[in-house]
Amino acid sequence: MTADLRTYLAHVELPNPVLTASGCGGTGRELAHFSDVHRLGAFVTRSITMAPRAGRPTPRMAETPSGLLNAVGLQGPGVEAFLDRELPWLAERGARTVVSIGGGTVTEYTALARRLAGAEGITAVEINLSCPNVEDRGRVFARDGSAAAEVVASVRAATPYEVPVIAKLSPDVADVVAVARACVDGGADALAMINTPVGMSIDVDRMRPALAAGTGGLSGPAVRPLAVRCVWQVHAALPGVPIVGMGGVATGRDALELVLAGACAVAVGTALFHDPYACPRVLRELEELLQERGFDRLADAVGLAHRPVGAQPRTRTDLEETSL
Amino acid sequence: MAGSPVQVTGTVLTTRRVDAYHALTVVAPGIADRFRPGHFVTVAVGGRDSSMLTRRAFAVHDVKPDYGGTVELVFGVRGAGTAWLADRKARDTLDLVGPLGRPFPLPRDPCTCVLVGDEHGSASLFALGDALQQRGCRVDFVLGAPSADRVFGALRARRMGETTTLTTEDGSLGMRGTVTDVLPGVIADARADAVYACGPMATLRGVTAVAVEFGIPAQVAVEESMACGIGVCMTCVVPVIGDDGLTRMLRACTEGPVFRGERVRFDDVGTIPFDALGAPGGRHA
Repeated sequence: MTADLRTYLAHVELPNPVLTASGCGGTGRELAHFSDVHRLGAFVTRSITMAPRAGRPTPRMAETPSGLLNAVGLQGPGVEAFLDRELPWLAERGARTVVSIGGGTVTEYTALARRLAGAEGITAVEINLSCPNVEDRGRVFARDGSAAAEVVASVRAATPYEVPVIAKLSPDVADVVAVARACVDGGADALAMINTPVGMSIDVDRMRPALAAGTGGLSGPAVRPLAVRCVWQVHAALPGVPIVGMGGVATGRDALELVLAGACAVAVGTALFHDPYACPRVLRELEELLQERGFDRLADAVGLAHRPVGAQPRTRTDLEETSL
Repeated sequence: MAGSPVQVTGTVLTTRRVDAYHALTVVAPGIADRFRPGHFVTVAVGGRDSSMLTRRAFAVHDVKPDYGGTVELVFGVRGAGTAWLADRKARDTLDLVGPLGRPFPLPRDPCTCVLVGDEHGSASLFALGDALQQRGCRVDFVLGAPSADRVFGALRARRMGETTTLTTEDGSLGMRGTVTDVLPGVIADARADAVYACGPMATLRGVTAVAVEFGIPAQVAVEESMACGIGVCMTCVVPVIGDDGLTRMLRACTEGPVFRGERVRFDDVGTIPFDALGAPGGRHA
């Protein structure tokens, strides 16, 4: 018997919990050579901005042990081209699309949400809060609970009620739970974590920073413990809020680790650069691991690592005894 | 894109040293079938639980039909990833994705083409030379490198090309200098109609400048560092002028690696030109 892998992002049902991480799946077309985009739990787009963006100069990427530093700078064609060319293609193929949005001001996020509101084929909106806030000397929104909450509230207000709004958090904060709580209070239906922590690498041969931008976001298995910690803390504090866990997921075991910490869905990011077939593989491995452990449903494993010491591994057996 | 890329687990058939370079022949029928000159492949390095997350991209030197189809990669050891690859033995398996990128466009009618290769960039010229000769084109080679042991494929070029000019910066083989020093003479002697080039960015820039002077088209295959090779990571971008005159940051892996030389803004590689689409502070189209 196969395990029931359905999961929910707020009220939206996804057939399986494996998503692409924002900015790691291109437009979807690139991955479609290797596996069908509609077989993903959902396809998460790169962060869409209002105007076209050329991004950062090269070199944009540096490899570090079990990690990858990147400073792409949200290169993209802008929201109009996205709605013209990219979203219809995804909708045509039956992909559930989570649109990630990025902006420099609250107004820009709101305008984006309003522009997306009329579009067909959007499953959810993810707010990339790791963008520099132009009005706050470039401090990223995710660092400051009240700035993050302001963005979430205005995007929530501009988005149709049936489309969940997901706030994507950064691990580069003193208290991730405080920011998570502020976002939920601001109206976020779900949380995604983690965005890449900021790192840096210096090329000792050239004796210069390896990236043209100096610093960049660190991803890959190197950051997985950070992701597990953030998901754990937030799930413990806000057990009712759906969490999309991400950060260095490369195998089904990694996905299960985040699920046990409290994530109800898992996104695969940097692993896609290494293995374009990573999403279906992670899903298959996750399903096998759940079956080996005797789970009928993915939902039973979500946050299970939080159970008290000495508790039964499965807490739902009480349901079988009732006549209801 | 000529064919959609595939991911295969290929078996290493043979390994050999070619002067300063390593060559690996890998059985990969799916890739060999779809290959066109100019395509490249990416390899996952370091084994299953590798700490090296980015794939390494390599030009394909040769495609042969034996064992259902093999591809040969030529590379120099530059870091831990290529060192791992150089240690592979026959019967080891490799995770390959390919063929990737936009191949070289071929002329419709027979003409004279000069093929320029710097260092192991020459590897991808031989499949191109074959395809051009099948179309009745005359092919002339210009191959160069800093020293004799790093000139790749001189023998094969001599057999294949109408003429072959070799250059080394230390004068240990052929003419002393770089490929761009001798290129004007070769183009003039052969009355060339087109130039194809592979190699480092500085060489491609020089080759394009020469081609522009002669008023002939140059097709150049750029080498940019990339993480995925399939177009999702957005790290290998190059400023390229489009048909509409607008500069865009294009991915070398999917919109390239072959570009029309005069369209690539070589002077601005490594920057975002102020007039590029979406440049910071620029006007938005």
